[in-house]
Parts: sequence; C-alpha cells; structure tokens
Amino acid sequence: MPTKIEKDAVSGRETTGHEWDGLKELNNPLPSWWFWTFVATVVWSIGFCIVYPSWPSLHSYFPGLWGYSTRDGVTADVAALAAQRAAVLDTIKDVPIEQARQDPALMAVANTAGRIAFANNCQPCHGAGGAGRPGYPALASDRWIWGGTLSDIQTSITYGIRSGHAEARVSQMLRFGIDGVLKPEEIAAVADYVLTLYGKAPPSQASAKGQAIFAENCVACHGETGEGKREVGGPSLKGAVHLYGDTSAAIIAQVTNPRMGVMPNWNTRLDPATIKALALYVHALGGGEK
Amino acid sequence: MSDIAMAPIQAASPRTRAVVYNDDVIRKFTIATMFWAAVAMLVGVVLAAQLCWPAVNLGFSFTNFGRLRPVHTSAAIFAFGGSALFATSFYIVQRTCRARLWGGTALHNFIFWGYQFFIVMAALSYVMGYSRGQEYSEPEWHLTLFLVIIWVAYAIVYIATVLVREEPHIYVSNWFYMAFIVTVAVLVLGNNAAVPLSMYSAKGYTAYAGVTNALIQWWYGHNAVGFFLTAAFLGMMYYFIPKQAGRPVYSYRLSVVHFWSLVFMYIWAGPHHLHYTSLPDWTQTLGMVFSIMLWMPSWGGMINGLMTLSGAWDKLRTDPGLRFSVTAVGFYGMSTFEGPVMSIRSVNALAHYTDWVVGHVHSGALGWVAFISFGAMYYLVPILWNRKSMYSHTLMAWHYWIATLGIVLYITALWVAGIMQGLMWRAYDSFGFLQYAFSDSVNAVHPYYVIRFLGGALFLTGTLIMIFNLLMTVYSPQTAPKTQRQSAVAAE
Repeated sequence: MPTKIEKDAVSGRETTGHEWDGLKELNNPLPSWWFWTFVATVVWSIGFCIVYPSWPSLHSYFPGLWGYSTRDGVTADVAALAAQRAAVLDTIKDVPIEQARQDPALMAVANTAGRIAFANNCQPCHGAGGAGRPGYPALASDRWIWGGTLSDIQTSITYGIRSGHAEARVSQMLRFGIDGVLKPEEIAAVADYVLTLYGKAPPSQASAKGQAIFAENCVACHGETGEGKREVGGPSLKGAVHLYGDTSAAIIAQVTNPRMGVMPNWNTRLDPATIKALALYVHALGGGEK
Repeated sequence: MSDIAMAPIQAASPRTRAVVYNDDVIRKFTIATMFWAAVAMLVGVVLAAQLCWPAVNLGFSFTNFGRLRPVHTSAAIFAFGGSALFATSFYIVQRTCRARLWGGTALHNFIFWGYQFFIVMAALSYVMGYSRGQEYSEPEWHLTLFLVIIWVAYAIVYIATVLVREEPHIYVSNWFYMAFIVTVAVLVLGNNAAVPLSMYSAKGYTAYAGVTNALIQWWYGHNAVGFFLTAAFLGMMYYFIPKQAGRPVYSYRLSVVHFWSLVFMYIWAGPHHLHYTSLPDWTQTLGMVFSIMLWMPSWGGMINGLMTLSGAWDKLRTDPGLRFSVTAVGFYGMSTFEGPVMSIRSVNALAHYTDWVVGHVHSGALGWVAFISFGAMYYLVPILWNRKSMYSHTLMAWHYWIATLGIVLYITALWVAGIMQGLMWRAYDSFGFLQYAFSDSVNAVHPYYVIRFLGGALFLTGTLIMIFNLLMTVYSPQTAPKTQRQSAVAAE
C-alpha cells in the first residue's frame, strides 16, 4: 500500500504516511529533554554499578569500589545500638532489683528500657498500660495470680507461665466436666456459689449446695473463701475481674473444660538487664506489691 | 448476556472491501469488565473496612482478610483488568489490522468462557484456603495449567490476526499487546513451576527454594505490573486517546524507542522488591539501576499520550471519556516516577513494608489502569451496541469527579500513613531504644485507614454509576448508524 505523507495543519509536522482505522502518526523527533534525561539515568546507573556491588561472575561478584555491603552495614548498626543501650542497661545490671527501685536514676533507666520492652513484647496481649483483656491478666491492678512483688514479676517474665521451661510457673485446673469429676448440675451449683463470691447473685439454695461442692473440689487451689492461692497459682474468685468472664455461663464453661493461658519464657528473647527493667516498669504500672 | 444480534461493522477505511469483525466476543468481555470492576472494588472496600474495624472479618474462615485479599487483587488485576484488555485488544487488533479475528467464533468464545471459569475457580480456591502464598500468583498448579491453555489460545488468535492483516504496518498498540501476551506467558510458566503433592491433590509446592524463589516471584510480580498493567494498557492508550482526541499520535519515533527501552528495562527491575533482604547486594543494585533507567522509557508513553492532545485540549471540556483517559496518563506519569524513586535503596529503607507501597500500587491501579479502562469503556460501549452516544454525559462527569476524589483521598492517606510507619519503625530514643512499638504504629495509622476506606468507597460509588450509565446506554432504544471517527489530520 502506498504511504501518503501528509502535513498536520495544527503542528505543521509531517505524518509518517501510515494509517490504521483512521489513526495516523506524526513524525516528531524524540523530545531532547526526554532523550538526555534517559542518557543521564543510564550514565548514572553505570557509575552506580562501578562504586556499588553489581556485576556477577560464576562464583563471586564485583564488590564495587566503595566496599558497600548491606550485611556489614546492618551488623555495624546493630552493634552500635547495642553498645549505646548497654551503657544504660549496665547501670542496673548488677544492682539488686529492690535496691534499683529506691534509686530514681535507675528507675529512669527502667522506665526507658522497660517502657519499650513492654510495648513491643507485652502490650499485644496485656494491653496498653497493662490494662488486661479477656484471657490476659491485668498487670496494672493488685489482683496478681502469681504474685506482684518485684521478684515475683521478674520470675514470671523470665520463665513464663506453662511455657515448657523447667522453671516455668505451672498450675493446672482439672477438667471437672468433660472428665466426669462433677455432673453438670453440680457444676451449675458451683457456678451459683461462685457468683455470690463477688456479689453477682444473692445466696440461694442452689448456691448453698454449690458451696459444699466447692469446699470439696476447689478450695485446694482457690482458697477456703475463693480468695486464691498464689503459691499454686490459683486465681482469686472474689474480685470483680475474671480472666475468662464473670457470668454463670462463663464459669460453667471454665469448670467444665478449663482454658489455661500460656506466657512464653522471655529469657530466650530478652537479656536479664532488660527483664529487670521490665519487671520494675510493670511493678510501677499500679499493682506492684512490697 | 446481550440479546442484541451481532452487528456487522464496516472497516473504518473506505479504501477496500468491508471486513466483518467479531464484535460479539468483545461485547462479552466488556460486560465481564463491568461485572468484575464492581466485584474487585467491592471486595477492596470490604478489606479496607476490615483493616479499620476487624469485626468486619465476620469470624468466618472464608471472609478472613487473608483469604479475601487475593480475591481482591486477582479480581482487580486479572478479572477486571484482564477482561478490559481482552475486550480492547480484540477490538483494536481487528480494526488496526483490518482483519477479522483469526480462528472461529467457537475459539473466541472458548477464550472468553475459559478465562471467566479460571477467574471464578481461582477466587473460590482462595476463599477455600488454597493458595500458593505468592502475591498475584496464588492459583495452585491445576488452575495454572488451565490458564496456560487459555493463554496459548489467546496468543495464537492475536498473533495470527496480526499476521493475516491487510494493513502493511503493525500499529503501535499491537506491539504493546503482543509484548504483554508473550511476556505474561513466560512469566506465568517461569514462576508457577511447582511440584504437586500428587496428581489428585490440589496442593503443590514451588520448584524453587529460598531466596531463589523470592527472586523469581518478584521477577514475575514486577513484570506482572510491567507487562500486564503497564505495557498492555499503553496499547489501550495508544488507540483510544488518538481516537477520542481526533489527533494523530504525537511521535512515531518516540513510540518505537520507548517501546523497546520499556520492554528491555522492565524485565530486570524485579529485585527492587527485595532490598535489604538475603538477596545478594549485587542483584539488588541491578534491580535498582534498571528501575532508575526505566523512568524515561515509561514517560515516553506519557509524553505521547499527552502531546497527542495538542490542538485538541478543548475536547476535555466536552468529552468526559477523554478526561478519564488523559487523567489516567497523568496518574501513569506520577506513579512511574514514584516507582523509580521508591526503588532507590535508601528511599526503600523508609518505604519498604509500609502502606506507601499500597498507596503507590493504587495510584497505578485506580489512577492509571482503571481510568484508562473507563475511558475505553465509555468510547466502546456506544459503538459496540450501535448507540448514538452514552446515556448520560452528566453521570460520566459525576463518575469522573467522585472517582478522582476517591483516588486523591486514597493515595494521600496512604502516603501519610506509610511515611509515618517508616519513620516510627526507625525512630530511636537518645539511649538507643526504639521510640515506638509496632503496635503503636498500627494505632497511629488508624485514622488514615479510615480515610483510605472512604476513598475506596467513593471510587466504588463512581464505578457503580458508570455501570448504570453503560447499562442504560445498552438498553436505551436509540440506535445510530455507524459514525466514523477519523483522525483529524488535515490533508494539504
């Protein structure tokens, strides 16, 4: 087909002479700013490849004139930050934790190191400020399951709860329902009694029956009046806050087939000085005990 | 499906005998484009809501964010974008080659129904929990094999149509569509190499190990962007903008140079997705420099798109369809500049893993891919259904402004959120401790996620207006004789 070069009336440029479905093309040159910017990026890229690691060979690669390495870079950055933090953490590393609490300068360290350790490691479960959530105990109140002294908290963080570590704090509630220790109506009666412990329901005939069952089955861990036993990790049932809910249905579910949470042993992830700072920080959230 | 009989359409050039084009398959893909646009954007809005309010997960496994997310991305890229590409490529190749689509109608219908079947099966497999776990490459091996059959049929039909063309030259759109078809085939075959657990198991495992797998995944992933979402839609741009503007393409020479530089540069740029990972430094460097060199080749398409309007800028006032196409080129230029900037290793140190990346992808997906497709739909539907014009120009203008506002809200919110995340993650206090916890950054971006949700909801609203408008055009009683939209080159 013959090409028919035309002149565009608007721009005064010629077309290439081709036409497809009414579409034509002007024969404009490459815009020079476009061309030279393209050349500049190519030149810059060649320069970049000379100074930075770039070209591969069979068993190695050209390392570049500047000796750049992301791996060396991150190693140096991590080491520098660790050194910076160590200068701070070293001040509390060998000080007994009770003594550290008396020293405002060391508490400032604990609040600095402990704050971010808490935010990154504890906050996702225990909530901001240690407010707690269903299934995750509050840390800002005095209702401790395993104790709220500095050393109690330090031990809990270090070895965890049911973490699998040999030193971990472990308690186990029997599966009273599904293992057939108690009948459903007995569990319901126990629940009626437990509700009276924190004033959720008034004492009744059923709760009196539940009290007798409670005395036989529950007091060993939860105490004579449900006040809890920290030495075996038996939570108090008297206060308003219940880990898995305070309704009758929640109590029946828990007695029937108990849920038992796990906290990791943080000694594999955090160094002892950081755990000490963390314990001081948690202790100061509002529930710390002498 | 359409109850309108296939209308024979005259070849635009009166020079030779009439060619009867197969427009029926184009109409089918056009309807599929509208349908999948609504699905993709609706799921996207649901996901944006889930990120703001986790209760929107509804607690079912199949409505979980992790399973719906690939439904959104696949529906947007492959279902909506793919159907738009099938429709426009079949339209353009026939008209610019002055040849009926090669092969029989049955083959074309097989491509249509086969592709739709693939999409539905892929989406169902995701919500049922089957996924390769590789972004944009989630379908398991059996679905990929089926896709390969469809794709080979598509390639044969397309390339054969080009080969039997009556025009002496191949129009630029067809170069881009062919680069897209061939490269996507290579990418899918390369990245999807997998070993099934057994012949009867839907589950397979990738053939590559460790960082090699990551590198091949992003060679695939970045070129899915490069060839599916860039090159192919440039092919769309090169036909519809000159048509809508009634002007010749600005520079043939630029189209040649930027085509070859684009397809050559793009294929190497994938490693910039893996900066500061176990990928070797030299590979990262090459991925980065090819991304930088890609800047001007990408902008070649923008220049040709925008400069084609010289002498026809006034049409933006009267043709909202052209407004979509031109705005698309604007967003294309912006995101193809943003991409090379983000690929610079030290910039990437800030941007990587943040919502800035998500914002960048959406300025491309909403601003470029969706807008250029909307412009094409508004041009195509009246022609395909033989109507005088769109049902309502007012609704087109409403769609334009609502969607543009939606994009602006979306990407600015995620710029702020992403850069804030990057800065929070790298902030240290004077003792060397992190200033913020990760959960602090999650908390901080929440308001921006809400703005993003609103932006997405606006964009979806605009799309629903478009679908209504297109359907009213199809069902409106007025028909019109075919008008020829000739290029407005004035012969001397």
